[in-house]
Amino acid sequence: MSETVLTRPVAIPTIPVRTLLPWGLFGALLLLAIYFVGAEEGATSLIPGMAVHEWVHDSRHLLGFPCH
Amino acid sequence: MVRILLMRGMLVGFLAGLLVFGFARMAGEPQVDRAIAIETAIDDARASADLARGIHDAPEPEIVSRSMQRSWGLLTGVMVYSTAFGGLFALVFAFANGRVAIRDPRALSVLLAVAGFVAVALVPALKYPANPPSVGSPETIGSRTLLFAVMLFMSVAAMVGAVAIRRHLLPTRGEWFASLSGAGFYLSCVVVLAVLLPGVNEVPAGFPADLLWRFRLDSLGLQLILWSGLGIGFGALNERLAKRQFFSR
Repeated sequence: MSETVLTRPVAIPTIPVRTLLPWGLFGALLLLAIYFVGAEEGATSLIPGMAVHEWVHDSRHLLGFPCH
Repeated sequence: MVRILLMRGMLVGFLAGLLVFGFARMAGEPQVDRAIAIETAIDDARASADLARGIHDAPEPEIVSRSMQRSWGLLTGVMVYSTAFGGLFALVFAFANGRVAIRDPRALSVLLAVAGFVAVALVPALKYPANPPSVGSPETIGSRTLLFAVMLFMSVAAMVGAVAIRRHLLPTRGEWFASLSGAGFYLSCVVVLAVLLPGVNEVPAGFPADLLWRFRLDSLGLQLILWSGLGIGFGALNERLAKRQFFSR
């Protein structure tokens, strides 16, 4: 009996996909934040001007994004 | 549960971001300054050559000063990036926990961070490495950004596929074969992708090779610090809290 207990892995409770799915919306917001650091006012632009680009300029270069 | 994991992930991302900022400020900024000095010298030479031919170049307006860019600007970008990746990391962890046959939350966290570093940072940078200011012509920013994004998303997609293959083969073929199959799948995907996508090389003639090398090394170093911090920090935080819950019961 003890052998079966040892060899059978106890399932780790998973978080159901249905619970996770709404959090995908928050994940999309996080991706938007990364977009603003990485690409806004470079290849594409949501906000007119160059203020965002200029403000995060050094981090954009150092984090490996194409900058200008 | 997801909310707690997400907050922990963003907290760890924030803390890792502080380390990243320290490294970026100390190791990365001297390279950026050197590159900008070269860029300024090239621009000045062009302006004086134009002036000799009777053309007056309008100087580029400075929106954000250099001292702001290298301090608060750098801090903003790094912190937003790191915190956001901390949150995304937590969401991926929340999905993977219990689904990928790795029991120890610390081990799962570190392995996810290794996968994240390889897929998000290392492999895209091997094809399209980071460039200091004055490398890359402004006219090609659109195509360069698109190529970088394609490389990044395909690399992440291939990594997801690799984990799915490992998971699929695990019950019948064992850990060794399943893991190697996943790794082989990822590697062949990104190698084919890197061969198919066009290369980008816009380094101006005479640009110092050591500066380019150091800048790219620093850029990878930043990513290594971030993902190490996420993997170890997030795992430690979850391990401790899991233990505390266990003992208080």
